[in-house]
Amino acid sequence: MSVDLLTVKRVARLARIAVSEEDAERMTGELNAILGFVEQLNEVDVSGVEPMTSVTPMEMKKRQDVVTDGSKAADIVANAPATEENFFLVPKVVE
Amino acid sequence: MSDLTHLTISQARAKLRAKEITATEITEAYLYAIERANPALNAYVVVTDDKARDMAKASDAKLAKGEGGSLEGIPLGIKDLFGTEGIHTQACSHVLDGFKPHYESTVTANLWADGAVMLGKLNMDEFAMGSSNETSYYGPVVNPWRRSRLDTVVMPTTHQGDGGFVSAGGTRTARTLDNAQLVPGGSSGGSASAVSAFLCAGATATDTGGSIRQPAAFTGTVGIKPTYGRCSRWGIVAFASSLDQAGPIARDVRDAAILLKSMASVDPMDTTSVDRPVPDYEAAIGKPIKGMKIGIPREYRVDGMPEEIEALWQKGIAWLKDAGAEIVDISLPHTKYALPAYYIVAPAEASSNLARYDGVRYGLRVPGKDIVDMYERTRAAGLGREVKRRIMIGTYVLSAGYYDAYYLQAQKVRNLIKRDFENAFAAGVDVILTPATPSAAFGIADEDMAADPVKMYLNDIFTVTVNMAGLPGIAVPAGLDAKGLPLGLQLIGRPFDEETLFQTAHVIEQAAGTFQPEKWW
Repeated sequence: MSVDLLTVKRVARLARIAVSEEDAERMTGELNAILGFVEQLNEVDVSGVEPMTSVTPMEMKKRQDVVTDGSKAADIVANAPATEENFFLVPKVVE
Repeated sequence: MSDLTHLTISQARAKLRAKEITATEITEAYLYAIERANPALNAYVVVTDDKARDMAKASDAKLAKGEGGSLEGIPLGIKDLFGTEGIHTQACSHVLDGFKPHYESTVTANLWADGAVMLGKLNMDEFAMGSSNETSYYGPVVNPWRRSRLDTVVMPTTHQGDGGFVSAGGTRTARTLDNAQLVPGGSSGGSASAVSAFLCAGATATDTGGSIRQPAAFTGTVGIKPTYGRCSRWGIVAFASSLDQAGPIARDVRDAAILLKSMASVDPMDTTSVDRPVPDYEAAIGKPIKGMKIGIPREYRVDGMPEEIEALWQKGIAWLKDAGAEIVDISLPHTKYALPAYYIVAPAEASSNLARYDGVRYGLRVPGKDIVDMYERTRAAGLGREVKRRIMIGTYVLSAGYYDAYYLQAQKVRNLIKRDFENAFAAGVDVILTPATPSAAFGIADEDMAADPVKMYLNDIFTVTVNMAGLPGIAVPAGLDAKGLPLGLQLIGRPFDEETLFQTAHVIEQAAGTFQPEKWW
């Protein structure tokens, strides 16, 4: 399988990365080189093989459903580029 | 004073406890060495002098009372991927500009609890994506090792006084260092370069496809990636969560064992942290390997591999045989599929992990005409080329209609890779010996690698299988090539059997010796 310029632009949109025409053209070549490389996986017979879900067999850790953390709003917003009263500020999203 | 930087961790530990040296003295020696070397090597992105001095002072107070932890007063470098409270933590990416976490990663917290001193944050490939440390926003790291050539020097015939010969002429050979700058490997290139150049006693590193073992091999240092789940991932910037593991890079096998013992823990903050006690890895060093079964996988003999790598591998086999181990040929038939499967699984996980860098909660923000435009501009400006490439691949293979063909297929192949190892271990193999890398360190800005991303990816061909199967792997220096560059061997063990890796790696180290670069910086 290979990707064309239009697909690359669509994927960039999905990934929320702005690309110029020139970027998209370069990426098309690079992505096709990588997709060509991974193509060889198709020759592996995987009939009856389950997809891996965990490298080591381990039971999911569980704990009591209680509050163990919190009251640190100021810490959480401390690194944000724009905040007001412990809220993250973003451009207007609702018209 | 610079002698203090040449002490191994175990040597420094003994001298500190015996009060022959102080933590402040050794810390000052490292800070001085960093100041002199860093402009040339670019191994550190931040030096935390004040913090280092404060920590050393606190260590000295404890040591004076005969107290202190297993790493009391030992100065370490920390890869920029580890969250360190109040200190630059940016995964060497522009998108995390100015980020100073309000928390400490579990691994670094363990080291500080044991008394270690932080010298600073180490350079790395952006978000740990790379095999040459050239994708860092802070510029490439330089390998302290340089190629050298053997010259035949004709000695002049000189006379002294009345016919007294000083030199009778003839020839001798001399090594001349080449000026070309080489990469230290990646992604933990800053860690490897700093350890190799005596700019820290040891360093933390992380390994998703070979990022501890490949740079260790390129710099003549020891690097271990423990079993998945042995070190907590809490507080470490995520790349590919099912593959990422932290581990140390050190100057010898014993130091690596000392560091891993401190870094590893059982952590309720990471659900994949394994619930079993951390053994005393150092105790495994020096135990005989007589009767141990060493597997030699035939699939690791790849086309185009330099003869020197094959010769090194044979040397390793001979050393282990001499020590009484039994050598058996084994087959790991799905080896060649590990790298292509990795380049689906790792980018897929990265594309979701890196979705959080959107200019809202931390780091860089580039304004846009609306929120989506802001996201897109921020990510376009903040993420480097290799990172974007991997996010794009990951987004593509996870997108509607392609998930089964790529991601699911790769996860099935991953199970087959793991099964290959399980079969070998079930047949009685204790440890597997392979080369660590298919070549020695290459030049910075290598044109072939820049032109074809897949060429760069092939660096991890021997290491990536281990991440795919979640196993522990150690790279140990085993010799120098004809150009005087270090080469490493890799040992792969059963899950959570790091002890056997330290035990066996030590036998190789005893036979091969340790390697130090000639100082030019």
